[in-house]
Formats: sequence, C-alpha cells, structure tokens
Amino acid sequence: MTFTFNGLAQIAVYFLLIVLLAKPVGLYLVAVFERKNTWFEPVLHPIERGLYWVSGVKEDEQQDWKAYTVAMLIFTVAGLLLLYAIERLQGALPLNPTHRTGVDPALAWNTAVSFSTNTNWQNYGGETTMSYLTQMLGLAFHNFTSAAVGLALAVAVIRGFVRRSGKALGNFWVDLTRGILYLLLPICIVYALFLVWQGVPQTFNGSAVVTSLEGFRQTIALGPVASQEAIKMLGTNGGGFFNANSAHPFENPSPFSNLIEMLSIFTLGAGLLYFFGKVAGNVKLGWALFGAVGFLFLVGAVICFGAEQNGNPLLATVHATNDAVVHVDQTYHEFALAQPGGNMEGKEMRFGIGSSTLFTTVTTDASCGAINSWLDSYTPIGGMIPMLNIALGEIVFGGVGSGHYGLLMFVVLAVFIAGLMVGRTPEYLGKKIEQREVQMAAIALLILPLSILGFSAFAIVYPHGVSQITNPGPHGLSEILYAYTSQTGNNGSAFAGLATNTPFYNWTGAFAMLIGRFGFVIPVMALAGVLAGKRVAPAGPGTLPTTGTLFAALVVGVIVIVGALTFFPAYALGPIVEHLLMINGKSF
Amino acid sequence: MAVPVTTPPPTADNPPQGRIGRRQAKVRQPRRNIALFEPQILSRAIIDAFKKLDPRVQARNPVMFVVEVGSAVTTVEWVRSLLDSHLRGQQGFVLAVTLWLWFTVLFANFAEAMAEGRGKAQADTLRRARTETPAKRLPAGTTDYAPGMAFEAVGAPQLRKGDLVLVAAGDAIPSDGEIVAGVASVDESAITGESAPVIRESGGDRSAVTGGTKVLSDWIIVRITSNPGETFLDRMIALVEGANRQKTPNEIALNILLAVLTIIFLLAVVTLEPFAIYSGNPVSITALVALLVCLIPTTIGGLLSAIGIAGMDRLVQRNVLAMSGRAVEAAGDVDVLLLDKTGTITLGNRMASEFITVNGATPDDLAAAALLSSIPDETPEGRSIVVLARDTYHQPEFNANGALTFIPFSASTRMSGVDVSDRQVRKGAADAVLAWVNQLGGALPADVTPTVERIAKGGGTPLVVAEARAGSKPRILGVIYLKDIVKTGMRARFDQMRKMGIRTVMITGDNPLTAKAIADEAGVDDFLAQATPETKMKLIREQQAGGRLVAMTGDGTNDAPALAQADVGVAMNTGTQAAKEAGNMVDLDSNPTKLIEIVEVGKQLLITRGALTTFSIANDVAKYFAIIPAVFVATFPQLQALNVMQLRTPNSAILSAVIFNALIIIALIPLALRGVKYRAVGAGRLLRDNLLLYGLGGIILPFVGIKVIDLLLTALHLG
Repeated sequence: MTFTFNGLAQIAVYFLLIVLLAKPVGLYLVAVFERKNTWFEPVLHPIERGLYWVSGVKEDEQQDWKAYTVAMLIFTVAGLLLLYAIERLQGALPLNPTHRTGVDPALAWNTAVSFSTNTNWQNYGGETTMSYLTQMLGLAFHNFTSAAVGLALAVAVIRGFVRRSGKALGNFWVDLTRGILYLLLPICIVYALFLVWQGVPQTFNGSAVVTSLEGFRQTIALGPVASQEAIKMLGTNGGGFFNANSAHPFENPSPFSNLIEMLSIFTLGAGLLYFFGKVAGNVKLGWALFGAVGFLFLVGAVICFGAEQNGNPLLATVHATNDAVVHVDQTYHEFALAQPGGNMEGKEMRFGIGSSTLFTTVTTDASCGAINSWLDSYTPIGGMIPMLNIALGEIVFGGVGSGHYGLLMFVVLAVFIAGLMVGRTPEYLGKKIEQREVQMAAIALLILPLSILGFSAFAIVYPHGVSQITNPGPHGLSEILYAYTSQTGNNGSAFAGLATNTPFYNWTGAFAMLIGRFGFVIPVMALAGVLAGKRVAPAGPGTLPTTGTLFAALVVGVIVIVGALTFFPAYALGPIVEHLLMINGKSF
Repeated sequence: MAVPVTTPPPTADNPPQGRIGRRQAKVRQPRRNIALFEPQILSRAIIDAFKKLDPRVQARNPVMFVVEVGSAVTTVEWVRSLLDSHLRGQQGFVLAVTLWLWFTVLFANFAEAMAEGRGKAQADTLRRARTETPAKRLPAGTTDYAPGMAFEAVGAPQLRKGDLVLVAAGDAIPSDGEIVAGVASVDESAITGESAPVIRESGGDRSAVTGGTKVLSDWIIVRITSNPGETFLDRMIALVEGANRQKTPNEIALNILLAVLTIIFLLAVVTLEPFAIYSGNPVSITALVALLVCLIPTTIGGLLSAIGIAGMDRLVQRNVLAMSGRAVEAAGDVDVLLLDKTGTITLGNRMASEFITVNGATPDDLAAAALLSSIPDETPEGRSIVVLARDTYHQPEFNANGALTFIPFSASTRMSGVDVSDRQVRKGAADAVLAWVNQLGGALPADVTPTVERIAKGGGTPLVVAEARAGSKPRILGVIYLKDIVKTGMRARFDQMRKMGIRTVMITGDNPLTAKAIADEAGVDDFLAQATPETKMKLIREQQAGGRLVAMTGDGTNDAPALAQADVGVAMNTGTQAAKEAGNMVDLDSNPTKLIEIVEVGKQLLITRGALTTFSIANDVAKYFAIIPAVFVATFPQLQALNVMQLRTPNSAILSAVIFNALIIIALIPLALRGVKYRAVGAGRLLRDNLLLYGLGGIILPFVGIKVIDLLLTALHLG
C-alpha cells in the first residue's frame, strides 16, 4: 500500500463535506416526507394537489405494509413494461435523430429490469443503442421514479421502526410524488445547469461530425446529457448516457464536476441517516449509524486508494516483445513531474488515482454504479473493495434508500445478537426484536449471498458463462462475481472484462436484479410492518444503548463478520489469490 | 382430638405470612443439592448423548442436524477411501475428521443431556414423594369428622376432582386439594425441602394442600381439586424434567437466526466447489464438510437447549418453579417490580419503638397501661409492646389481682384491651379509642391528634392508649409508636435494581403518609398506598400500557387477577390454590424477596445465550484463516500467506479447526449450565464488557486454540 497526501486529503475533504451535508439534507427530508412546509410550497403544492386529484390518490389515506408494498410493486412493474415497450419500439417512435432500431428482447428486458430496479446495469453502449426518446422518456424517467421508490421504501421502513401507534407506514403514492416533486426535481434542475456550466452537453441535435487535427472525420456523440447526468448521480442510478459513463468528458468534464457528482451520490443517503435519528426522536441514533458506515467508508476508500497508488509490481519490469526490458515508473511525484504514479491503467488522466478510487468506492458504497475508471484494470485488492461494498448491500450511506434499509437489517441483527448480552430481550427504539423480526431480517440478508454466489457458481461452471470471460484465472472469477454482485445489489457498475450482452447473462442478470430488489425489500417491508404495530418500551439504564461509539462498533463488527465473511471463500479464489499471485509475479 | 393451634390473627396490613420472618432468619440449605458434574448424572448423560443421535431428535436443531448429516457424509467418504486405491492416502485424515465431527454431535448431545440430567435426578426424588398408600375416600357431602367414620380405601390415581378424602396423622395427602374441615400440621418437605411443619386449616388463605405432603398431627378433610396427572407434583416433575419443554420466544428467534446463518454458510461452502473447479482443483468432500461445520454456529447451536434447561434448573435450585420458560425470559425483561411492603421490604411485623405521653400523663402510667393491655395479646405487635415496656421502660411484672379479660382486636372495633377488676385499658386506632373515651364521657386532650399525625407522617403506626378506672372518667394516656422495620440491605438492593433499569414499587395498605415515609426509608422508586386488588390491577395495566413488563408476588385469592395480569407473577407456595394457578411461577419458600433473584436468573439466561452466540460467530474468523488456505494451497501455493497461524500441513490445519470446534462445546458446558454471571451495572457497561470478553475473546481464542492443537497433532505425528 502506498499513500499520498493528495489522495488521503481528497478522502478527508470529501468525508467532511458529507458530514456537513447530512444535517441540512436530513432536515429537508423530514419536511418532504413528514409533509411539512418546504420553500417550494407555493409553487409545488398546487401541482401536488393536482396530481393527486388527477390520479385519484387520497392524500391522507395511510397504508399498512402490504398495501404499501403492493402499490410499489404495481408501479414498478408497470414502469418496467413501459420501458420494455419503448425500447422495442424506439425505431418507430419520434425523437430518434441517430436512427436507432428496436433493442433485442433479452437486452431490452435486462435494461428494463435494470432501470426500474435502480440498478442501471448496462449491457449496451448508450449512444450506440438507445434513441434520445428512450434515454429521456424511458431511462431518465426510471432514474427519477426508481430513485423515488427507493426513498419511499426507506422512509416507510423507518416509519415502521419509529412509529408508536398503528400499523400504517404512510402512503406510497404520496411519498413517491413528494420525493420526486420536492426533492429530486428541484435539485436536478440546478444540478443539470451546473453540469452544463462545467461543459456537459444538453441538446436534441444528433451527433456532431468534425474533422480532427489529424484530418480524420470523427463522429462525436451528443444529446440531452446534463439532465440525465444529474439524476443519474443524485438518484444513485449510475446508468450513463455514454458507454464510458462518468469517465466520458461529456458526462464528467472536470475534477470539480467529479467532486459534485461524488457528493450527490452520498448526499441523500447521509441525509436519510440524519432523517432517521430525527424522526426517531434522537439524532444521536442517526449519528451512531453514520459513524458506523462512515468508518466502513473510510477503511474501504483508504485501502482502495492505497492499493491503486501502490501500483502493479509486475509493471516495474515488463518484458516487451523484443526482449527489451521496459521499466514503468509508478512512483508518485508531486509538483516537478506532476506524475500521479500508481496503477494508472484504466484511469482518466484528469482525475488521477485519488479521484478515481474515491469515486469507485463511493459509487459502490451507495447503490450508484456510475464509474469514472475501469475496474477491470484495478489491482486485485483495489477491485475487491468495490465488489465487497456492493456485496454487503451497499449499506455505506446507502444511496437512495435501498442501502439504508439494508443497514437497518444489520442493525436488527446486531441488536438481536449482542442485545441479549445486557440481559434483556433485544430491543431497538423500544421495540422488541423477536421471532418475526429476526426471521425477516435474516431472509433479507440471505437473499444477497444466495443470488450472488448462486448465479456466479452456476455461470463459472456453465460453458457459455466461462466463455464470456476475457481474462483467465482468478481475474475471470472476479469478473463473474462482480457482474452478479453488481446486479443483485442493484448497483449497476461493471467490472467489465466480461461480455455480458448475451441471452444467458441478460436473462440471469435480470433475474438477479429482480431478486436483489424485491426479494430483499419485501421481507424488509414485512419487518417494518411487524415493528410498526409494536408497543414501545421506554428506555432506561437497563436497555441496550443504541447510540455512541460502542454501538457503532458493534454494528461494524456484525457487518464485517456476518456480511463479509460469507464472501471470503469466493474472494479467496478471486481477488485475494490474484493479489498474492501478483505480488509473486503473475498477472492475468 | 383437635389440638389447639395458635396462629397470629391476620390483620389488614399483616397478611398471614408469619412464617416468612422466621424463615429468613436462618440460612436455607439449597433444597436438592446436586453438583454440576455428579457421576450418576454424568454416566446417564453419556448414554443419552448416544441416544440423541437419532436423526428425528437432531432434526429439531437445524445446526446440529447439519453437522450430523455432514458426519454421515464423511463417514461414507471414509468407506469410499477404504475401497478406492486413489483415495487411500487420505484414509487417516478422513477418518480423523469423521470421528471429530461425530464427537461434535455427541458433545452437543451430551451438553443437553447434562442439563436434562440434573432435572431428571430431581424428578426422581419428587416421584418418590408420590403416595402409594390408599386414600380414605369419604361419601360426598361429608362436612365434619367423626371418630370411626366410614371411608372407602382407594388408590390415589382413582381420585377425581371433587372427591372428599380424610387425611389423618401419619397419612400422605393423596392429591392437591382444599381443606373443607379441620386443622393439621403438615410436613411439606417433599415439595419445599423445608423440614419444619406448616399449619393448614380450612377457610382463609391457607386451606390449600399439595399431594405428596404428609399430615403430621390432627386430621383434615380435603376436597380434591386436581385429576390424576394434573397435580402440582405431576406438573413439578414434568417441569424439572423438561418433559414437554416448549421453546421460548427468544429461543425460537435465535433458532431462526442460527438456521439462516447455517443456510448462508452452506451456500458459501456449496458454491465454493464450482469456484474451485474453475480454479482447477476441486476440493474434497471431507474438506468442504469440515469447513461447513466449522463455519456454522455449532457452539451456540449445540448449547442452546442446554442453556434454556439450565436456566429453568437454576430457578428450581432456588426453590422457584416456573410454569413456562417464557416466564423465565420475561423475568429478565421486567421493568417494574411490585413488592408488597410487609414481608418483602419491611420485616413481617411492626414493632413498638416508643411511648409518647399526652395530656400530662407520666411515662410510667402510659407504659404500665400499655403493658397491661398487651399481656394477653399474642400478636407480634402486642409482644413487642410488652418487650418495650419491660426492657426500656422497666415496668415490673404485672400482678393481676383478679382475672384478666382480654378484649381481642376486631375489624369493627379496631382496638383491643384488657378488663381487670376495676380497670379497663384499651389500645387501638386513634379514632376508635377516641370514640370509646368520648362515649364514656372522657375528655379529648388537644395534643393527641398532632402526636398521632406526627407518627403517621414518620411512617409509623400510632396506637392510642386509654384507661378507664372505676369511678373516674376515662383518660387518654398517650400513644404507642409502632414502627415498620425496614429489612437491612434493602436500600442497596433497590439501588442495584435501579442500575439494572428496574423500577421498584412498594405496595401497601397503609395510608399515603406512612407509605411515603417507609418508601423513602427503604429507597424504593415509588409506592402504591391504600392498595386494594383493584388499584393493584390498575397499576399493572397502566405500566403495561406504557410498554413495561411487570413482576409481582402474591399469595391471596384476591391477588389472583393481578398475578395473572402481571408478566411475571410469583405465587407463594403458602398461598391459595387460586393464586398458585394465576401466577406463572411458584416460590416454594414463599419468600417475596425472591423476586429479585428471579429477575437475575432471567437476565442470566439471556446473557448466556447472547454471549455464546457472539462467541460462536466471532470464532469463524480464525476458522476461515485455518481452513481456506489449507484447502487451496495445493492449487495456489501463494495462499500460504493467509495461513497466519502457520499451521503445519493442510490436513493438520483442517483437523485442528474441527477439533477446536468440537472441544469448545465441551469446554463451554459448565458456562452454559451455570450461566454467565450477571452484574448489576448499567447496560452500556455490561455490553462493553461482554463484547470484549465474548466478542473480541471469541475472535482471538480460536487462533490460539487451533495453533495449540496443530502443535499437538504435529508433536504426536497425527497431522
């Protein structure tokens, strides 16, 4: 591991900004979801009322967990089918200046599932596959709604934890509407303008054809990028307009835009943690969880950075074809040479190691999946961190919702295991964690390894599955593991190196995404439903303290031991052994 | 034939718990003192451990069932290795792993059998108490005893609810029942372990008798209240034996968690094979099973039921019978303890501590009158007045020149006293004595009421003393200060409770002023004065509505509804049948202070479970580092870097992990049976200490343990 001041400072500054953002964002979330007045009230409230009137939603009607979940399922499935139809028919639909034809069924299905589950796994290159209409009406629509659905679910689950009477978790339609109207839209408008300022295109014109300095004619893809980019990041979607995602200068032009994009990934997740503490009546509860995930974030970010900055020892001496020994200098030089050092393969020069690894850690900590560097080219350990981040359930700040309720499942588990050690039936927020709660939390946490390890194990021995691997050995295993990890975790970032646009990978991937989203959220909602109706026991000196460092450490311990160890055997054969081989002089 | 039996008359604030005071004075020997590892239990447990290998028994415990299936699989592997020449080199290793896997199952079975064994031994003792002598059944409608009355000799199993039986001196009581006539001293040692006989009589709160106890003197006619198989003794045997032990809610939840963890690790291990095949070197079935068994939480899985049984058993050791494991768990969760003042917080009886004169009377006058009024008074209060008058006020023996006529206390007159020739003395409640004086034309001095109020405010009970001599007007001499004596050490106890997060509420029939003073002196958090069964019930409901769990003790029939409503209701064994049935625990010692111990046992049970679960899961870290490099080092020699324990060979590494995993179960049996000690410190401290010990310790210990086993195996050339 090698560290530079620059890289560590970037991590520190970024984390500090997230700490500062958590409270204001959290307070705004309280206003949005607890239906208090916001600044936008005069403009947006009439629109909100109008939407309810048109759709026949009764604003004050409360739903129990079943009604809430059913409404969410209906909405998501309808959106999924709509997107599928648009993709298939895009050739015949308007706003198609680049003349894209209909998408083939397996890919269309994979993409439809991908965007409606907030995964945004892309088995296609955006600019070469999708029409502008598909991008804007199909994909960007889902970028908003799938994010708002995630938020609504998180808010509903939190209500289950904190409410003191009744079984109601809120109203899905109201939460969805308010999430989009008061939260995502206003921020995205400002955010898109910022991106335009930084140089991101926003146009309905087709691709630009230019003659380059060398005299070649070059086609430069353009499009309504800024509007899509904003929600791609804020909604932790991650599905890029371009194939190169946030590594593309038109999606992420500058270090400044890079910072803002990273901040927008964590903002809502960090805000949700504050929101949680606030509505639970004790902000310290939220800060304890913030501390736990903050710790996991920092450890991951530092390791990933250290591994990449350290570079690849094999490159120190590379035997080129003509037997001449090539030495790649991977040391870091500040000012004079301004050499980033480390493993720069697959990274953008304008970002360097620090901004690349931080982006990678952040995008996988939360369920974003946007990337600004090529994970396949990372060192084994550098590439294992993002994979592990996702495998844990993207609980680190969690993005728009899904990670947040994943974190709460670990909290339930931690409280149940260790809570007994204070000599009481475990309780969290005064509610007893009993049979049903443990059952539901355990099922939810079982879903992730089931899908990730199950599909990977199948693909790795299935001849077609193996044939799509581009690198042999442990690296190939990492590629497959990453693909199913990312899809199950609804992250969407790609390790690349695995050719996944095949019917096998499209269908199994879509299935993994569906399991990862609904197989997880249904037990979680059931748990919230059970908790909502529970009596609250007042806290006293005999109750398990759920604030403070000790509790945060406990949660971290449970996440690492229960969550991470599940994947240890698989990783031992993938990135870990690859790393050990690399330092012993063998690469893949 | 009837022998006069004197018992202190029950008064409003002195429930008939006379025996309690005496009981506490001496140190009670634990009833059936059975050592943790008694040879007899040990040998039975070893046999039972093998009997429990039956898959139908194992299937109830998903974790150990997986281990058993795994053991069976490796056994098949071993047989295969005998037949297949290619596998011959692995024979010894496969056999060793197989044996240790079977040991793992046996050790877990042994733990459970040990826990049950103690109960079974106790049940055997209880069974001996079951009566074999025929019962004397009387014709229906018999209400009284007549010498030589006709009865029908029937075996105890033929008795049904409602039958009447005669039990005379020397007879065993055939079944549970209510005394309809007679008084007898009964030896209840078979049930309570207490050899001093107790008095049972018809009517009132002490009319219940238990089958298996013995009448020592006199006779009683008992109406049978239980059918055979449902008696207290039968239930007690079933309980201590754990015959129809139901899993408790928390245990069920923990079982689910353990089952899901097992599935997760099963998944991790099963999917490892395809990954290994891809990597070019499939892992042997034996190694996979070894990895699986080491990862799934066998430590807690193997000890879980033993912990539960031992928890119940610890209560039995304290002479408390929990009717369900659920109640024991609830005891750990209790937020509010309702404690009866008398007998629990204060000594059973109030004692006279001072004579306060009024109306210009001399202390001698007052002391003499107080003494006279109390000479025939057999109540503890009366005796204490005599003692105070003689010892502190130096009153001479009273020479009665004439017969003393004792006017006993009654609920309507609320005073007692003595008439002797020309003199009448009375002592009693202030308003009653004032009314008596007033009625006889005496004056009411102004300083009586302030004195009375002052005593009441101080937590005492004022008894006004008045005297009427022939020919003169009656006059009030003064007030006796009866004081409640708070038991020593109660304040510390309640402080401890507060640290545990438990509020204590004192329940008393006293007026609020008195109640407050005693509550302050004893250091309870709150009190309920002038308690009635209704207000008691209301208090419980209010607390429960606020999300709190309530525990209480009770013995009277009027306590029954509250006992049933409370989350933990401990009925005194001396109490009525109704109370015993309403509560979910019975204290055979009838010691209300026991409630505090019950709470501790409940907490201990939960802590033990949590500690061993944490320990079990934390163990996995080291096992990964032992087995994963060992399994794959042949394919990727570089994985040797993960072999942080520097275990000698792959086979020795795997075997060491399996052996550690099996031995740790045996090593933790004493902890599971005795329970993790509970200390009344705040939850935060408890959590920190236990996390360090069982969490961090659970991570570190197996690294050391596996290394040591590896060294031993190497030294013995077994690896």
